[in-house]
Amino acid sequence: MRALAAGLLLAAAAACTRGADPSDPVRLWAFGREGEVVRELVGELERRHPGLKVEVQQIPWTAAHEKLLTGFVGREMPDVAQMGNTWIPEMAALDAIEPLDTRVAASASVRPGDYYPGIWETNVLDGALYGVPWYVDTRLVFYRSDLLAAAGFPEVPRSWSAWRRAMEEVKRRGGPGRFGLLLPTNEWAQPVTLAVAAGAELLSDGGRHGAFRAPEFRRAAEFFIGLYRDGLAPPLANSQVANLYQQMAAGEFAMYVTGPWNLGEFRRRLPESLQGSWTTAPLPAPDGMPWPGVSLAGGSSLVVFRSSPRKDAAWKVVEFLSEPATQKRFWALCGDLPARRSAWDEPALAGDAKTASFRLQLEHVRATPKVPEWEQIAAKVWERLEPVARGARGLDGSLSSLDGDVESILEKRRWLLDRKAAGARK
Amino acid sequence: MKRKTLSTLAVHAALVAGSVVTLAPLLWMVSASFMSAGEANSSPPPLLPLRATLDQYRELFVRLDMGRSFLNSALLASCAALLSVVVNAAAGYAFAKLRFPARGPLFTGLLAAMVIPGQVAMLQVFLLLRSMGLVNSYAGVILPGVASIFGIFLVRQYAGSVPDELLDAARIDGAGELRIFWSIVLPLCRPILVTLGVLTFLGTWNDFMWPLIVLTDDSKWTLTVALASLSGEHVQDTELMMAGAVVTVLPALLLFLALQRSYIDGITAGGLKE
Amino acid sequence: MRGLSTWRAREARSGLLLVAPGLLLLSVFLALPVVASLLLSLTDFDLYAIGDPSAARVVGLRNFARLLHDPVFWKALGNTFFFVVVGGPLTVSLSLGTALLLNHRLVRFPGLFRTIYFAPVVTTLVAVAAVWKYLYHPRFGLLNAALGFFGIGAIDWLGDPHWAMPAIVLMAAWKNFGASMIIFVAGLKAIPESLYEAARLDGAGPLQRFRLITVPLLAPTFLFVGLTTTIGYFQLFAEPYVMSGGDGGPMNATLSVALFMYKQGFRWWSIGSSAAIAFVLFAVILGATLLQRRLQKGGEA
Repeated sequence: MRALAAGLLLAAAAACTRGADPSDPVRLWAFGREGEVVRELVGELERRHPGLKVEVQQIPWTAAHEKLLTGFVGREMPDVAQMGNTWIPEMAALDAIEPLDTRVAASASVRPGDYYPGIWETNVLDGALYGVPWYVDTRLVFYRSDLLAAAGFPEVPRSWSAWRRAMEEVKRRGGPGRFGLLLPTNEWAQPVTLAVAAGAELLSDGGRHGAFRAPEFRRAAEFFIGLYRDGLAPPLANSQVANLYQQMAAGEFAMYVTGPWNLGEFRRRLPESLQGSWTTAPLPAPDGMPWPGVSLAGGSSLVVFRSSPRKDAAWKVVEFLSEPATQKRFWALCGDLPARRSAWDEPALAGDAKTASFRLQLEHVRATPKVPEWEQIAAKVWERLEPVARGARGLDGSLSSLDGDVESILEKRRWLLDRKAAGARK
Repeated sequence: MKRKTLSTLAVHAALVAGSVVTLAPLLWMVSASFMSAGEANSSPPPLLPLRATLDQYRELFVRLDMGRSFLNSALLASCAALLSVVVNAAAGYAFAKLRFPARGPLFTGLLAAMVIPGQVAMLQVFLLLRSMGLVNSYAGVILPGVASIFGIFLVRQYAGSVPDELLDAARIDGAGELRIFWSIVLPLCRPILVTLGVLTFLGTWNDFMWPLIVLTDDSKWTLTVALASLSGEHVQDTELMMAGAVVTVLPALLLFLALQRSYIDGITAGGLKE
Repeated sequence: MRGLSTWRAREARSGLLLVAPGLLLLSVFLALPVVASLLLSLTDFDLYAIGDPSAARVVGLRNFARLLHDPVFWKALGNTFFFVVVGGPLTVSLSLGTALLLNHRLVRFPGLFRTIYFAPVVTTLVAVAAVWKYLYHPRFGLLNAALGFFGIGAIDWLGDPHWAMPAIVLMAAWKNFGASMIIFVAGLKAIPESLYEAARLDGAGPLQRFRLITVPLLAPTFLFVGLTTTIGYFQLFAEPYVMSGGDGGPMNATLSVALFMYKQGFRWWSIGSSAAIAFVLFAVILGATLLQRRLQKGGEA
């Protein structure tokens, strides 16, 4: 019996030798729905290049970040992977991903000019390009056009003060329990989108310090908090919103700042009768600034790992997924917006009014600070602002605390940058 | 006479009420797994499906390949149970019946170590596995959990009741210590071994954190990891989730039902003395 | 005829041989990592250090000091204490209560009921968490539907910062009470029926019998169950991880110390900081266990 156990153990352990052979299949990690969809797409690539095999590993979003890091530490990295663009600075800090400038320059298929500049820029660190944008994401206003029209606003206003007036009017007409805007208190994207629109830098001095008491961020924070304070947005966490689509349909909120995945969700989950009553609009801009307001540059890119023994084959996968035709097919399969402008001339995309706002907004996006600590800092932003939204703390104190938090989060980065500078001086 | 009937009624009523509350979530889980997509998402929530369907199960096994995760889990849990029983039984018996240097202090040390929370060392164990080349392997998932202080403790308690005369008689007959362990002690300790085996099997079967961290290939995934990933992507598909839950819970429940006599005997002998 | 000394030597050798595999595995997979963890808690080992080990610095007790100033840590500690102090007695009471019922002389089919009550223990947490998440749904959940029957308004169990932790306590109690129940049943069975008979003949009522016979004789079992429950509950991790998606819940209401440690380690890769949290947790559990042991043992004197 012991022999049986030992035998089983050996078999199990032996069943997992990782292929270091360059002619093994290219391993691609993709997350969530994109992972399910990309399997269908790569068949085409394999047909074009017989002998090139692609093995897709689909990983749920909730585990993706952890998997990448455990993969790096465990030396079990794939050859090419989808990478949320806010994660690229981390991978670059680990020196895990390959700079792609020379490959892009030599590529017939990947043409930088065909990408939204704000999105392309999220992949550039210290002058080097680390990823090729795959699909894009940004935040803008989804709204009930009928409710807004009834309040006297044929479209979402273009300035913050007018936007507030629209919310006030909707609330006044709707009565108690109605709000102008759904603004979850526990999502960093909400206040940070407003901050980016206000031109806030968020971090200063090359990402060494927090800049959360700077006038631009303060302006955005005051606007943000004011919405809760004046009852225009309910101070709820996203987990407290039982079913956002039902509540949107019921008119409990008229507007919501969110991203492209909700295009499909709104179509699916709002009742048929309301499909003509909702649409999207680019972000309003703070008073005195040009419309539309600048929004977050989000989305995912494709990266190639330094540890890969088959980078050329991996690059072929990246090129294939970046072709406009493949981008169009990808969009058709899962609804993620293409990163390449030329893919947007696909009739279904070009003709859709609801998607048109995204097209415009994507020309006005900015990256979040490209430091590996950004996710931690972003979490602190909403953690410090939520009590203010709920009326438990004052804004000034919270912004000071936030800067304090960020100061200690970035301490290591400052030390490393100083060390590097000292080393370069020698 | 009447008082007795009243007491009996009261006790049984309480027990039945408790059973209903205890079983309610599980029964609803089974019921929802037979509903069609979207049926469970209504207010008030339905208790029974309008028309029972195997759609969700089909989806699980055909489209989402849960059959493979099922086999992975079964393999992993069985290996773990087997190894764990052997290793912990050996140590437990030795602590109970064999005198060796530092036996006392070692055992006290082990007991004290039970207080250490499991998560303290997760990352370090992972790094250790990396240096041993065991990341993304089943050995990496099983090995760290094979030796269990609680298991050693259980066996030691139980083995303590094995009569010394029996062991001495065997020694006089010329049997070696290992032979005594294998042929005499193990059979006598059957109940606690079953308890230990069931505990380890269940622990491994139900573990989702460690396999998630160690295994990178989704083809190696266990049932619980697959279920966890399902809940990430398909959180709105309640019925599908419930079917997945049933598939995960049922085998464990059946195993327990089959072995519960021995399991209970083992716990009974083990959990009492301090 | 073998001499006694040869026997002893042989016994010692075999003893060491038999404990060797277990002790070896424990040394490698428990002792070593724990020591490593202790050392790491004194450094600022993080993401940068993983890529470049020279980027790790020894920082002494700074991680611990930072923890003390971190409001999220205190929230996690508070949540964990709430879980232990509320959930622990709840679970133990349920276990004891059902054990007493099962042990009643007049019960028919005790085995059946015992199996039913133990069933939740056997289930996979991920699976039942999915079920309970749904039961807790503010609109579609069975729990709110049942409460509605009694005229109580819908509660947003998992979304409301005040109700999220109680929701986890309830689920954990349901899932775990069967395990301790079995131990209590064993303990109750060990009390001779003759004692109860004698007491009954002396005219003692059920409450008196409970107080004078059951309680004292069940004390060691009660201590054991109390200690193991406390130790286990301080390590609360899986339930909030699964129910709140690893996030910590609304306003960190379901963030436990272990979950906080996991987030620091596996999400932010602040390994030094994570190790420090682990040791603080260990110290807390040790302290609480010693305190509980003293209180319970002292109470019996």
